[in-house]
Amino acid sequence: MGNRCAVIGVGQTRYTTKRRDVSMAGLVREAALRALEDAGLTFKDIDAVVIGKAPDLFEGVMMPEAYLADALGAAGKPMMRVHTAGSVGGSTALAGASLVQGGVHERVLVVAYEKQSESNATWALSTHLPFSASLVVGAGGYFAPHIRDYIRRSGAPGHIGTLVAVKDRRNALKNPYAHLKIPGIDRKMVESTPMLWEPIRYLETCPSSDGACAMVLAAESAVTGTPAWLHGTAMRSEPIFRAGRDTVSPRAGIDCAADVYRQAGITDPRRQIDVAEVYVPFSWYEPMWLENLGFAAEGEGWKLTESGATALDGDIPWNASGGVLSSNPIGASGLIRFAEAAQQVRGLAGDHQVDGARTALGHAYGGGAQFFAMWIVARERP
Amino acid sequence: MPSEPPAARHVLEFPGGYTRTTGPVIGRFLSELRARRIVGVRTAEGRVLVPPLEYDPGTGDPVTGEYVQVGPAGTVTTCAWVDEPLEGHPLDRPFAWALIALDGADTALLHAVDAGNPKAIATGTRVWPVWSERPTGNVTDLSHFVPEVTKIVAPVRAEYRLRAGGALGVFLAGVERGVLLGGRCQSCEKVYVPYRLSCPECGTAIGEPVELPGTGTVTTFAINNLPDPRAPQVPFVSAYILLDGADIPMIALVGDVPAHEVRHGMRVRAVWVPTEERTASMTNIRWFAPTGEPDVEL
Repeated sequence: MGNRCAVIGVGQTRYTTKRRDVSMAGLVREAALRALEDAGLTFKDIDAVVIGKAPDLFEGVMMPEAYLADALGAAGKPMMRVHTAGSVGGSTALAGASLVQGGVHERVLVVAYEKQSESNATWALSTHLPFSASLVVGAGGYFAPHIRDYIRRSGAPGHIGTLVAVKDRRNALKNPYAHLKIPGIDRKMVESTPMLWEPIRYLETCPSSDGACAMVLAAESAVTGTPAWLHGTAMRSEPIFRAGRDTVSPRAGIDCAADVYRQAGITDPRRQIDVAEVYVPFSWYEPMWLENLGFAAEGEGWKLTESGATALDGDIPWNASGGVLSSNPIGASGLIRFAEAAQQVRGLAGDHQVDGARTALGHAYGGGAQFFAMWIVARERP
Repeated sequence: MPSEPPAARHVLEFPGGYTRTTGPVIGRFLSELRARRIVGVRTAEGRVLVPPLEYDPGTGDPVTGEYVQVGPAGTVTTCAWVDEPLEGHPLDRPFAWALIALDGADTALLHAVDAGNPKAIATGTRVWPVWSERPTGNVTDLSHFVPEVTKIVAPVRAEYRLRAGGALGVFLAGVERGVLLGGRCQSCEKVYVPYRLSCPECGTAIGEPVELPGTGTVTTFAINNLPDPRAPQVPFVSAYILLDGADIPMIALVGDVPAHEVRHGMRVRAVWVPTEERTASMTNIRWFAPTGEPDVEL
């Protein structure tokens, strides 16, 4: 895995539908300054900047890294942009970490953002090319058949999705940065919202958010403050069109998890991981990823969700922060998972802190469930 | 029954209009307005009155001779929305009356704000002046205020010319004559549709196209309740259809069946548009419709 690397600073903006008060530059800078402040550093202490965001078509800004270099103190420093669709936040953290692990830099600032209010993601994800007749409308339209297939294969009862929708939003009430705050949310409320892409109801989907997240990653010799140590980092991808591809439990996700667990010495994720921040943009993806990530056997993930094991007071809390279901600045959503995992093991997660969390998983996926990025962070040095 | 008393219209209007000798304070204010500047005047106590007054309403003392440029922007301290402007109002469309504390002023100026809609203005909104085209030294030289620029529209347009060459051209030529063409990987034997030139699994070149029947099985689907201009109605079903003989499903519309009667394993057949309407496009397939055969176990 290369040289030791730690998260030493985390900064987030409050996630909301429209940040009318800041430009994209102002938005990323806000997160970056908070991460630097957390690390007790300034831009001068940073060797390189890695920025990530989802497709350029979301805001219509091509090569945003060029525009945002000044806002991120990157003048005269190496800067690069990462793009792996929805998983980009995770990939951005890993691209930044690799610069430290490879001994290239001592301190790297990683930032990811989305200002969804500048356009409409469903439009940007539904660009209908000539000659085709694809009738997929937005991410929900794409993922709904996979969820339906999961329900058929696992025999999960229909209410499992609503349990996750409620659990993650209740967690969000404890997170000052979370976008959706729905006091009193319950299953009845979720079930009363319309089916958008059956079997996905309105409140089983993620919101559209503006927001940015940043982290300072450091080599062992450059650690300041409270570190969260990286114990494993892995990325995998797979072609979206491949015969026999399992869209419910993609091979790339299974392989990515196996790799990151091997590096971190994890053989029983449910027992050895204390808290997980997993990319769940539609509620049913919790049981699906519980299986894909090896927390439950195939077809058994929904039972873990139903038992309350993934709740904040369960034995393996998933998305204590409220997750993507509560805040979704798409490009940043993966980085937020990675950052929240780090905050948990740093003991700095605030009201949604999981007591005694020592080892955490950060996870992101993107594209047609074909790009995966994961890391394991821990309180102890590897 | 009393009759209507006689009535007559009477106008009192001094020919040419009254004059107003401005005095030095108001005269300076109007002269500055004509030059598209807003000034206030400082009182003996140090406050800046906008618009200027000749005598401090707090103390009755004359104001000082110090004029202070303020604004041009300011902050709304309170406002009232006018849905139906009256004759004599400064704007002929719905607007807000607002008290505006111009930057550097200690008093608020009452003026009209052209905000477009009542949601666009509230206490705290920043506003900027709009000047009349031909200033004359009248208070109307300052036509009205508008909210600060907080957002612009940035039209971005990329126009491409897509040439359906290579494998796609082969596939579309098939579609044009009502046939779906796939390709078999010579190494792993998997059949891909649409036709392509290399296998995404093993990278091996794919040989001659193979004709696939227009029949297949629904492996999974979504019932879409969001309208789409290309869908015949709401709800509509977009399904993964595994064509007979293919190893990869294609996504297509399912029709001729109520949305909630579509099932996993349902047998379907492509419904082609009439020959004369066909082009080299997948729109040649209207949708897939149930064949009536028994469902397939998945």
